[in-house]
Amino acid sequence: MAETGNESNEQVNLDQAWSDSQIQTLLDKLDEELVGLVPVKTRIREIAAMLLVARLREQHHMATDRPTLHMSFTGRPGTGKTTVAMRMAKILHSLGYVRKGHLVVASRDDLVGQYVGHTAPKTKEMLKKAMGGVLFIDEAYYLYRPENERDYGQEAIEMLLMAMENQRDDMVVILAGYKDRMDTFFQSNPGFHSRIAHHVDFPDYSLDELVQIADLMVRQQMYSFDADSRVAFREYLELRLQQPHFANARSVRNAIDRIKLRQANRLVQAGGSIVASELARIDVEDVRASRVFRGGISAEHIA
Amino acid sequence: MRITQGTFSFLPDFTDEEIKAQIQYCLDRDWPIAIEYTDDPHPRNVYWDMFGMPLFDIRDPAAIMQTLTECKATFPNHYIRISGYDRSLGRATTALQFIVNRPANEPGFHVERQEMSDRRIRYTIRSYAADKPSGQRYE
Repeated sequence: MAETGNESNEQVNLDQAWSDSQIQTLLDKLDEELVGLVPVKTRIREIAAMLLVARLREQHHMATDRPTLHMSFTGRPGTGKTTVAMRMAKILHSLGYVRKGHLVVASRDDLVGQYVGHTAPKTKEMLKKAMGGVLFIDEAYYLYRPENERDYGQEAIEMLLMAMENQRDDMVVILAGYKDRMDTFFQSNPGFHSRIAHHVDFPDYSLDELVQIADLMVRQQMYSFDADSRVAFREYLELRLQQPHFANARSVRNAIDRIKLRQANRLVQAGGSIVASELARIDVEDVRASRVFRGGISAEHIA
Repeated sequence: MRITQGTFSFLPDFTDEEIKAQIQYCLDRDWPIAIEYTDDPHPRNVYWDMFGMPLFDIRDPAAIMQTLTECKATFPNHYIRISGYDRSLGRATTALQFIVNRPANEPGFHVERQEMSDRRIRYTIRSYAADKPSGQRYE
């Protein structure tokens, strides 16, 4: 595209570049698969636009530093951080910022060792696996344990920081976790904060969005709500939201799994012969049987 | 005497770019890479020491090049080779192997002719470098 080089009045076709990079397809897919999350989607779109322009500037020989791409995703559990990270890896790959575009998920256990001298090789190995792709560190604040000054997490943090600085061309690091705990983590490790360019906050889903998510999940698994059970599920979510340990989309998925279990049970117990579509239909009774309707789960074990 | 062995023995030594391209070829075929070193260049010495673990689960050649750089820094005057292992059923063998580092000075081999009965001769080759203990051979 940039054979002519340095002329600043040369025409740049942004539409062409945008469609060539196939970001739109990826963003559309993101829109389709993830309900809600408007601020996140806007942010991703902005980042994608910035990367595209940086790429074009580079092609037209304008001085551009390689943009810092490390990110932090904060939000409550089940708000889609991992899913977005996976999509982000694809976007970065299609723009040529990472060579392979795979996502390596790591937690404290994968990075921090058990004894002196164990941490460095472990962290190094994870970093090697992530090269050419994205390293996604879930619940990154567990790396740092201020209460134990001999904790090996510090070593892993130092290696990560070094890799984020020196191997910027080879990989992108995404840190994820709860907002408040990530903030504390960044305060105690200012090095991280300054090396991360994009802080994306994932909001909680609203009730309507959760119902949409449930519909989508049920449809993907080839089940269906009837009118009554959809109303019942909405009521279920309303009640569930008040109760502790609500993990957004993940709780919805768990609830649907339990509903499927009860549906299967109901069918088998009723016996006899039924029409095949009954195998897909979720009855209102399957939803109503949840203990959430009977005062909840706070006393019992966590769902 | 320049020692040659392995897949590209007839070619001049590879540059880093060429090594990277070969590694990419291996990774594309799902062959895990191992880095091995030795200071005993006898052709019958087939089992070299492995530098760290075999490099499984790696998608990008940069990670292997980084390990290779470490190996070269540790053993600047050893022979170092890279091998790609094809584990597929029916193959299960080293699919590709080539030398990526060699000592600055390679003294070569001495040929020993042992006189036997009936004017027969038994040949043995011995590396001049291997006269010294391991670790001091190419200093």
